[in-house]
Amino acid sequence: MTEVAEYVEVHRHPEPTSFISKWIFSIDHKVIGIQYILLAIVAVFIGMGLSLLVRLRLVWPEKSFAILGDLFPIGAPDGVMTPEFYLAMLTMHGTVMVFMVLTTAPQGGFGNYFLPIQIGAADMAFPRLNMLSFWTTFLSFCALMVAFLVEGGAPISGWTAYPPLSALNAAAMEGTGQDWWIISIALFCIASLLGALNFIVTTLELRAKGLTMMRLPLTVWTWFVTAILGLLAFGVLLAAGILLLLDRNLGTSFFIPGGLVVNDQLVNHSGGSPILWQHLFWFFGHPEVYIAILPGMGVTSHVLATFARKTVFGYKAMVYAILAIGGLGFVVWGHHMFMSGMSPYSAFVFSVLTMCIGVPSAIKTFNWIGTLWGGKIRFTTPMLYAIGFVSLFVTGGLSGIFLGQPTVDLWFHDTYFVVAHFHLIMGVAAIFGMFSGLTFWFPKMFGRFMSEGLGRIHFWLTFIGVYAIFGPMHYLGMIPHPRRYAETTGVDFLAAGGANEIQYFITIAAMITITAQFLFLFNFLWSLFKGKVCTEDNPWEATTLEWAIPSPPPHDNFAGKIPTVYRGAYDFSLPNAKRDFAMQCNSDEMVFPRSSGD
Amino acid sequence: MATTLTPPLAADGVKHEETQPSVGGGGFPPPARPRDGGGDGSDRPDPVAQAVFRYKLGTWVGIAGIVMVFAAFTSALVVRSGLSGDWVAVELPRVLWLSTALLLISSLTIEKAKRLLRRGVGVRQWLTVTLGFGVLFIGSQWFGWRALAERGIYVSSNPGSSFFYLLTAAHAVHILGGILALSYAVIRVWRPGVWVTRQAAVEATAIYWHFMDALWVYLLLLLMFWR
Ligand code: HEM
Ligand SMILES: [Cu+2]
Repeated sequence: MTEVAEYVEVHRHPEPTSFISKWIFSIDHKVIGIQYILLAIVAVFIGMGLSLLVRLRLVWPEKSFAILGDLFPIGAPDGVMTPEFYLAMLTMHGTVMVFMVLTTAPQGGFGNYFLPIQIGAADMAFPRLNMLSFWTTFLSFCALMVAFLVEGGAPISGWTAYPPLSALNAAAMEGTGQDWWIISIALFCIASLLGALNFIVTTLELRAKGLTMMRLPLTVWTWFVTAILGLLAFGVLLAAGILLLLDRNLGTSFFIPGGLVVNDQLVNHSGGSPILWQHLFWFFGHPEVYIAILPGMGVTSHVLATFARKTVFGYKAMVYAILAIGGLGFVVWGHHMFMSGMSPYSAFVFSVLTMCIGVPSAIKTFNWIGTLWGGKIRFTTPMLYAIGFVSLFVTGGLSGIFLGQPTVDLWFHDTYFVVAHFHLIMGVAAIFGMFSGLTFWFPKMFGRFMSEGLGRIHFWLTFIGVYAIFGPMHYLGMIPHPRRYAETTGVDFLAAGGANEIQYFITIAAMITITAQFLFLFNFLWSLFKGKVCTEDNPWEATTLEWAIPSPPPHDNFAGKIPTVYRGAYDFSLPNAKRDFAMQCNSDEMVFPRSSGD
Repeated sequence: MATTLTPPLAADGVKHEETQPSVGGGGFPPPARPRDGGGDGSDRPDPVAQAVFRYKLGTWVGIAGIVMVFAAFTSALVVRSGLSGDWVAVELPRVLWLSTALLLISSLTIEKAKRLLRRGVGVRQWLTVTLGFGVLFIGSQWFGWRALAERGIYVSSNPGSSFFYLLTAAHAVHILGGILALSYAVIRVWRPGVWVTRQAAVEATAIYWHFMDALWVYLLLLLMFWR
């Protein structure tokens, strides 16, 4: 055997033996992937708990909840939540969800686990860096949790941390909560940058022989483009965070204007611009929403093709759409700032560019439907979640088109209409992508299936639940019900529009939907130990490389033999083939019966 | 015996002893770029060249990330300076010219080290010299900050000084990272180790260090001319 060929067969790091090197400080991309997923699961339940508090306060502003009084004697004296407490819970809900859930699990979790396997690599390009990314993310999570515990409590300026509120130490709630928030976000940025670097180099350099870019599974494409977005976006947030930290602690005035009076005190700053923060934040923020959703799109394409037994409709168009979304995502941030006093000309430009993003989004949607069209559909739970993703993406995307018009946004900005928009499309659609990915890959990762029955019940409860929660919010936004107010029950025009009853309905729906998530958690944990055993490598009859190796995969993925790739990622229902699918590592001789002439 | 590229951990000592020479330890850098980088298509990629390329690519990608951080700072500076009448440009301390000279020279010395890789002699010495210049640069910057402080100009004095401290400090932090990388490269060249090949360590560090140099020149010009 030649040296080179043998190199290919050499595994890059030996299997660790101690518990710590195997499960804690692991450099194995699969373990790190699972660590990210577990972190996201912990975070998502915390985030959900916070949202419950938010919903309770909205509907029963004066009601006393005894446990809260014990848990948060300052934020909820005698169990009645203060308005600041409401804002703090809201801020932490958004931050935990956007950063610790939507940015970790789809990319750091599933991406880490499956990107190397799907490209036929033994690991990421830089395994130690990978470990560093995870542990920095973990530190970031801890720093965020510290914000709950410090004096003055968690920050109240929302997940977007708009100054001056976020920049003033003397603001309503004094304390270091906001500083911990910034530290957490800064750490998160660093971790994400390191992760992005790793993903990019891995995708470019470690592909198996024969695996050209245009043969990559769409999941890999989305992880790759997400990494590029992260690389270019997180640095900007990091920079903005540092400026904010300086404003808060070293007396600079980047974001704080002069002549500001807070709590009857003249603030000793001058000349800064809160709008500058908005620009920096949204330059990051809009790519960030795509960072959250792109991996979900990849999983959806992957799962739809697998269970419709059809190749992805318009694979190339899908790739170009992913690239277009990624590229355009950097030039539309102004649509979050139509109301910031920007010139109508800029608003117009941002609006047109925003509409442009609808085109690749629509291409993707049509291609998903095209993939389903005429397929021999197998309604497994991952498939249900993937279809749910498409539904939610369409609903959420349509409201985006409204918001993208400056004149319409005049009315809708900072109302519940926006809340409905981004929850459906970013929050819930991305989460459905994760549900789909987790149920789809669970047998590969853990060698057992998740329960289909529980999965179905959970799907329907959640699918109907989220529409019940976020559907009516569109109407609330039209009244127009502003977002981020702790107490609106006494406002006449809202009450006249029926807001109180609707908010009540939404809170009940939220409680039911939140309860349903414990079903998923139970399904996950139960299936880990008691689920139906998966003995096959390829239980779903899928085509990509992760299904060519045992479930769960051995430590070195391909047992030292890097596969060669012969075909695109979605060869289903090939005419004349022996089976209705051909795996990427199957050569033509393996796929087609020998012709008689041979 | 297999040519392991990123050879196994120390636990696997035997393997790594044997393989070291062909890993660039002997210092014969293979062609910079294998015929076709990714797995796709190339029949026989040169594994050593591929590993070196991987580290260099990683460095370039990292640089793209850092560029975005400083691009954000720059745009903040541009916006902030045009905003209110309170902008006072900082009179740059003289010692910054010394810093600049130190950093420019260090770029030459690391380039020298890189070029010597092929022959394998003197690499460590030139890297160490570069490291020395890096430390001196930080020292020189320190005097720059001191000089400003003596004039009574602090971070919060006015937006111009805020940005001065911010940009120089942010750059210094990245230089510290470079110093770490250099230290690693020195150790690496001196003692064939386990994780990264010699050549990868030196070449990636060189790219980063040159970038730090260019970044500094850019920041200097920005601070000098954006008034
Ligand atoms: C057709 C595509 C889309 C259009 C035209 C669009 C348009 C908009 C506009 C104009 C706003 C600002 C509304 C306001 O604050 O007044 C907005 C907010 C938002 N969008 Fe979209 N959007 C689209 C897709 C998406 C996607 C795919 C995601 C995430 C996956 C997303 C996530 C968000 C979030 C998180 C916010 C609100 C942030 C906040 O204020 O807290 N959007 N969108
Ligand atoms: Cu946006």
